[in-house]
Amino acid sequence: MSRRNAIEIVTAALLAAVVALVLPRVAELFVLINATVFVSMAILALSLALIWGFGGILCFGQTAFFGLGGYAYAVTALNLGESTYAVPIALAVPALAALALGYFMFYGRISDVYIGAITLTVSLILFNFANSTAGDQWHIGEAPLGGFNGIPSTPQLNIPGDPDATLSPQAIFVVAVICLASCYILSKLVLASRFGRIVVAIRENEARAELLGYDARRYKLGIFTVGGLIGGLAGILFANCVFVSPTMFSLFYSGQVIIWVMVGGVGTLFGPIVGAMLLQGLTTWAGTLPGINPNAILGVILMLAVLLMPTGLLPGATAVLGRLRRGIAP
Amino acid sequence: MSALLEARDVVMRFGGVAAVDGVRIAVEQGELRGLIGPNGAGKSTLFKCLTGQLRPTAGRILLRGKDITGLPSFAVARLGVGIKTQVPSLFDGLSVQEGLMIALRRQHGERAARGLAGAALERLGIADLADRTVGLLAHGQRQLVELAMVVAPEPDLILLDEPTAGMSLEETRRAAEVIRDLNRRHTIVVVEHDMQFIRSIARTVTVLHQGRVLVEDEVSRVLSDPRVRDVYLGRQVAA
Ligand SMILES: Nc1ncnc2c1ncn2[C@@H]1O[C@H](COP(=O)(O)OP(=O)(O)OP(=O)(O)O)[C@@H](O)[C@H]1O
Ligand SMILES: [Mg+2]
Repeated sequence: MSRRNAIEIVTAALLAAVVALVLPRVAELFVLINATVFVSMAILALSLALIWGFGGILCFGQTAFFGLGGYAYAVTALNLGESTYAVPIALAVPALAALALGYFMFYGRISDVYIGAITLTVSLILFNFANSTAGDQWHIGEAPLGGFNGIPSTPQLNIPGDPDATLSPQAIFVVAVICLASCYILSKLVLASRFGRIVVAIRENEARAELLGYDARRYKLGIFTVGGLIGGLAGILFANCVFVSPTMFSLFYSGQVIIWVMVGGVGTLFGPIVGAMLLQGLTTWAGTLPGINPNAILGVILMLAVLLMPTGLLPGATAVLGRLRRGIAP
Repeated sequence: MSALLEARDVVMRFGGVAAVDGVRIAVEQGELRGLIGPNGAGKSTLFKCLTGQLRPTAGRILLRGKDITGLPSFAVARLGVGIKTQVPSLFDGLSVQEGLMIALRRQHGERAARGLAGAALERLGIADLADRTVGLLAHGQRQLVELAMVVAPEPDLILLDEPTAGMSLEETRRAAEVIRDLNRRHTIVVVEHDMQFIRSIARTVTVLHQGRVLVEDEVSRVLSDPRVRDVYLGRQVAA
């Protein structure tokens, strides 16, 4: 572990602690719930940042894992009547889905372009399937799938082992922030490990990594599965501040995540988190303006970002800062 | 005595073209073999078949008598085969040091790898490049970095595809020295167009022409062979 990594991890933990302690005390309920959505989306962005920015796997359907996490959580929690076992199950489902899909793609030596197409297709199939589950015949145990309407009765998290101790929106916000910080730190640790360094080497040059004796398929599968797990966690949190519905799988979200990561900076972890927060804030704000389509604004920002800061917000800002500093003290 | 590496009638066809057309070659343990031939003779393609980057259309490849035909390249690498490819294949976004660490981490722990990486860079005279980003280096330096990455994990068999292309005179001299030194412990096959260089390092030379072995003999005899001169000058040869 490098000194710089240690500093970044401690900073992230402190930042998360401050936000988790302060915001629930000062923010209105509505704002806090919105903030929880932002945080869950930031976790989703982080999951893509990991597999795209470091694994070099451009997954156009990261929402597949997001939605699977959400649905698996809602369905198990409804059936069990509480969330204690629903959470691990809802983490396992998207992780296993990523493992299975990844096995097929990487061991089948599917090329990068097709990986984009396949992941997108999988998320669209899930979207269509979830959409078509309207009617009483569509249920898993006690849980109605609800078609287009999703599962509005998605239960809230409770303290593990205590079904009556349902968490308040404030507590769920704190949980979400802790999850974001944990996922960030986990990703840092993964990338600093031997496994993570080889993943990055494979992104840089897969043929060379193989000529040095590394089975690239295994490493890609590993990082893809971690990405699926983190994406699933984002889905569980989203289910707790909104509710699960087919839109979780939608092209709209898959596209947005890619934009957040791109604007934040592919190849960084912190950039996509900031990108997700900023752009969600901006589109929410733009949505309140009369006569303005927030998606148009998002589009303009994406174009500007690609043109002005092709490496992304975080690397771009770092470069500008570096230039300023050199300018002041040459 | 069985050869360390043996290719038996290896054929590699791309569409209608046979880039390698029935090559038989055996390299003994400890040898430093030169592999020469005009452009397009099939040298790099043969190397790709030997390392599992390409699956030969026909023929067998044996390493220490064991059939390795069709094994994926990572599996061949694990059996102790290292290759420096003709177009340097490097981790452009990483530092020189990290690239060396990647080469070494498969077999060594972090601390040991760091020591060996430093030694390999020292040996190739590029210790001062350790913190530089590989993608920003000059061509000759990139060749040395790749050479360092290939030799650092000490593979039994080292294949070098035009290792000195783009190197300065000084860099070439150092590369020749390193290759000779490596040969004390490793078996090496070198592809080169620079006959001076081949003469300075190899004892036996195999000449490839149009995907076939044209001659295989002691270096000075090969270099004075009229057939070899003819193929290099582009004349038709009745082999
Ligand atoms: N992937 C491929 N697809 C089609 N043809 C190929 C492919 N790779 C090589 N060839 C052809 O096979 C022949 C042998 O190429 P190869 O690169 O092995 O030659 P070489 O002896 O290494 O030449 P050089 O000295 O120029 O490096 C050439 O005619 C080349 O065009
Ligand atoms: Mg060649």
